[in-house]
Amino acid sequence: MSFERLLGPDEITRTIRRLAHEIIENNSGTGGLVLVGLLSRGYPLAVRLAAAIGEFEAERPPVGRLDIGLYRDDVTQRSAPAMIRPSEIPVSIDGATVVLVDDVLFTGRSIRAAMDALIDFGRPARVRLAVLVDRGHRELPIRPDFVGKNIPTALVQSVDVHLAELDGDDGVYVVSQEAAHA
Amino acid sequence: MLEVSNSDAISTATNLQWHAKDLLDTDTLTPEEIELVLTTAEAMHEVRSRPVGKVATLRGATVVTLFYEQSTRTRASFEVAAKALGADVVNLTASGSSVEKGESLIDTIRTLEAIGADVVVMRHGKSGAPYLAARHTSASVINGGDGTHAHPTQALLDLFTMRRHVGSLEGKKVVIVGDVLHSRVARSNLWTLMAAGASVTLCGPATLLPHTLAGQGEHGRCDVTTNFDKALEGADIVMALRIQKERQNSGLIPSLREYIRGYQLNARRLQIANPGALVMHPGPMNEGIEIAPDIAHGLGSVIEEQVTNGVAVRMALLYLITTARAR
Repeated sequence: MSFERLLGPDEITRTIRRLAHEIIENNSGTGGLVLVGLLSRGYPLAVRLAAAIGEFEAERPPVGRLDIGLYRDDVTQRSAPAMIRPSEIPVSIDGATVVLVDDVLFTGRSIRAAMDALIDFGRPARVRLAVLVDRGHRELPIRPDFVGKNIPTALVQSVDVHLAELDGDDGVYVVSQEAAHA
Repeated sequence: MLEVSNSDAISTATNLQWHAKDLLDTDTLTPEEIELVLTTAEAMHEVRSRPVGKVATLRGATVVTLFYEQSTRTRASFEVAAKALGADVVNLTASGSSVEKGESLIDTIRTLEAIGADVVVMRHGKSGAPYLAARHTSASVINGGDGTHAHPTQALLDLFTMRRHVGSLEGKKVVIVGDVLHSRVARSNLWTLMAAGASVTLCGPATLLPHTLAGQGEHGRCDVTTNFDKALEGADIVMALRIQKERQNSGLIPSLREYIRGYQLNARRLQIANPGALVMHPGPMNEGIEIAPDIAHGLGSVIEEQVTNGVAVRMALLYLITTARAR
């Protein structure tokens, strides 16, 4: 197994600041803006994004967190669902512009589940998607509005995002199994 | 950088998984499994607090409630829990089913499996009946109360309710008063409470106490006493059990009046416990017998909350057991 670091702590910080600017520009400010992070790693990213937005604008948007475990499409079919944790969105999302935040966009199934989960909390005027990494291989017609970094990957690889709040350090890694030699 | 509040809620250290096919009692649960149930129940509690407290997670799954004994809250609670997760629910009672024609428990459970039941929630008057059923079916069996033996979902919802009020149970004193000997609630509670590190005092007339349990427990501890006033000293939680009126006829208590004098949880006695002590009861209550009405509905009472929390805890168990089946 080999690890390749694609983003370090400074790059992650700069990427988040750029994403914050893009979100402000797209939304023409912070009016009606709510950031909702997917558990586990989307949530600390949403908190950081909100802080950055608060730095550039007068107002820091509210941040919620969403557990999508109950909305997955494979619950009764396969694989171990992670532990379910309480979701929390501190404000009404009716009529709001909700930006879903996640660390890695891959098949799009998590985002599909997140949209289902979100709709159970209210009816946002619009839903946007911000991700730190887009690694490709979509299985659903879902595309991100704000992308930190596009990282083309092979299906056998995986992308590990480390965030200081959960992992003690910041970094984005591509993990490759030892290739069956060509 | 901003702190991420409540890091527990987003912790990724979730190697915890549910493995067991059935839930028959709490004595086989590890502290980690109990933790998994309680954490999942917190998430379910949040779902129930939404305007539409329902998700579709278990759509396609069939839950059968098979009740050989009467029940209001347990059966209704399981039905609401299963429906809140999107499962289909079939309710069977002994009366009106083929049980009346003499169908055996094993045949009944096999029939339910053949119909497509994924989970059978079962209540039976005979201790151990769910164990027998579980051995003869690949469906998951959840014990909804068997004889005088066990009532695991009640114990878990009790622990969930306690934790929401007092936090960790480590070192907390819990007094369970009443007909402990015949109480499946007390028995199942004892295992979860001791696993949580609480010190449990079982209290009641000598004829209604399981004296063999005294001094048990590796982590928490269990005491047995007939002196209720003494037991209440330093108590953080007091749980009164229903006194079954049949006990009087069987000679185990001299009279209800005598019982009330010695063991009713009332305002005077509650004063002995720690200030703000929680008052609990698994229901159904005999108000004026084991518990005074003003206490049952007083400030420290979480009796109705126990019922509400029961739905969240049963959702958690149905979710964990059903998803474990898929693995």
